[in-house]
Amino acid sequence: MRYVFRTNYRQDLAAWRHRGDVFWYSLLLIVTLLIPMVMGEFYVGELGAVFIFAIAGVGLMLLVGYTGLISLGHAAFLGIGAYTNSVLLSKGVPFLITLPVAGLFTALCGAAIGRPTLRMSGLYLAIATLAFGSIVGTIFQKWTSVTGGFDGFPVPTPYVFGIPLDNATGIYYASLVVLIFVLWLSTNMLRTPVGRAMVAIRDSEISAQSMGIHLARYKTLAFAVSAGMTGLAGALFAHYVRYLAPDAFDVLLSVQFVTIVFVGGLGSIRGAILGALFVRLLPQFIAIIRDDLPFGIGRMPGLEPSLFGLILVLVILFQPGGIDGLWLKTKHWFQAYPLKRATGGRRQKSYARSERLR
Amino acid sequence: MSLFRAENLSVRFGGIRAVDSVTFDVRRGEVFSIIGPNGAGKTTIFNLISRIYNSTEGKLTFDEHDITRIPPHRIAGLGIARTFQNIELFANASLLQNLLIGRHCHAATGILAQMGFLPSARRDELRHREKAEDVIAFLGLERYRDTLIANLPYGVRKVVELGRALCTEPKLLLLDEPSSGLNVEETEGMGFWIEDIKKDLGITVIMVEHDMSLVNQVSDRVMALNYGKVLSMGSPREVQSDPEVIRAYLGGEVEV
Repeated sequence: MRYVFRTNYRQDLAAWRHRGDVFWYSLLLIVTLLIPMVMGEFYVGELGAVFIFAIAGVGLMLLVGYTGLISLGHAAFLGIGAYTNSVLLSKGVPFLITLPVAGLFTALCGAAIGRPTLRMSGLYLAIATLAFGSIVGTIFQKWTSVTGGFDGFPVPTPYVFGIPLDNATGIYYASLVVLIFVLWLSTNMLRTPVGRAMVAIRDSEISAQSMGIHLARYKTLAFAVSAGMTGLAGALFAHYVRYLAPDAFDVLLSVQFVTIVFVGGLGSIRGAILGALFVRLLPQFIAIIRDDLPFGIGRMPGLEPSLFGLILVLVILFQPGGIDGLWLKTKHWFQAYPLKRATGGRRQKSYARSERLR
Repeated sequence: MSLFRAENLSVRFGGIRAVDSVTFDVRRGEVFSIIGPNGAGKTTIFNLISRIYNSTEGKLTFDEHDITRIPPHRIAGLGIARTFQNIELFANASLLQNLLIGRHCHAATGILAQMGFLPSARRDELRHREKAEDVIAFLGLERYRDTLIANLPYGVRKVVELGRALCTEPKLLLLDEPSSGLNVEETEGMGFWIEDIKKDLGITVIMVEHDMSLVNQVSDRVMALNYGKVLSMGSPREVQSDPEVIRAYLGGEVEV
């Protein structure tokens, strides 16, 4: 076990726990910066998509994992971000303005949807956000003058300081920058009163209130920040798909986002990234083994969504800590070897609250 | 000079008058205990003071503010902190984080400054941290500082909840059954904390309690309730020898 010897309160405020963290995360950053130089266009594109999903995943993690509110409508926020960005781009607004505007506008939409759903929790909130998702999906289809309806429209190439981001590498770096920004923002939130207020709301609303936390304000804020981050991801997603059509933002995508936070590990920012890796790489994996599966399973329609569903259920039942929890357990096993006890390590606990278990 | 005053406080849930025209005032620097059988309305009074329930009638005055209708999240900022009967800590956070949540009402920086982690937010965090450490030292919780609440024993959690309430720097502390679930030694320890809080920190305490030895140890005045009505008020000895109180507890006339 590594024990951090602390001599100053500032140490607890640092984003890194110790030098080991700085080393490994710097190495990770260098590797991610070098990847486009050694890997093929396809893989760079897919990794860029992982980053985009990780951005949305971090956003949803703040809402689900830290504030304890569920959303099944995050595909709609992704869509709002994507359309805002692309419509503004085609009107000639530069990308460096459309990207933050897409994020801010989606955050506003998030606050607007967060406000009336404040009194709901658990299943009811899930239903309300699901309904919101399908309403927004319908708007994308019907508001043809702006969104192009079912036909959609091609997303214009974004320019950053005169450099066109017209290939996978460009989108890869843009997504990496936004992901780092989002991680920085969420780390800051979690080490200041905002994040603690969110955690307090998750664990006990009644005492959060008695500690002076304005429930409505912080729940709305959590929705807004979560939606805003997803909106940023949406703006990048538009460039990843290159052609915007409403059917990209359906319920299945929302379920994929929820899978990211649950499979990654609730209550862990790192979990959101691991979850995004998992969710984006699973379809690729299925594509590779599809032809080798027996009994023609590989040719059956709906294989992918049903696998997602099955994995989500299995993770909730048997590994509530998700991939991040598994990682912590494994690390603890090696650190404590041969003294590992079944009760050791960080306590595994699910943050998802249901009406029944409350 | 009273710090807190409740006048004709009543609340009805449907046909039940859970609290019925209760009037009492709490003087600065005293420990005021509320006793009574189960369902007498003791916790309901706490929930009315911390504004979780709306009173049907009556007026609450704290430190010359009318707090009868202010929103519940403003209570802590005014200087009223509370603990809960069944411990309402944030179970998936460390002890330190729990105490820091108690500092929420003293946050001096805006949300945007916190999201950007500006120097002002950093300074504010350090200030809160020092205050939280004071409370940790006061209650002797150093060894549990970084432990998750979910992994702490029950007796320690009770003390942590007290600490979280102290972190708000209250003028008035509401303790809802501080000794429930504690063993004899822990209850005694809790009594000493309450005395220290009163003497060293000068905080006024209102306490709901069943354990009469603890009530006798720390209370300056006691109020006995039954079916939402005040039965008796006065020194611990006066209240305990009041025939009405004995009847409420034992259900009939008895010789003492």
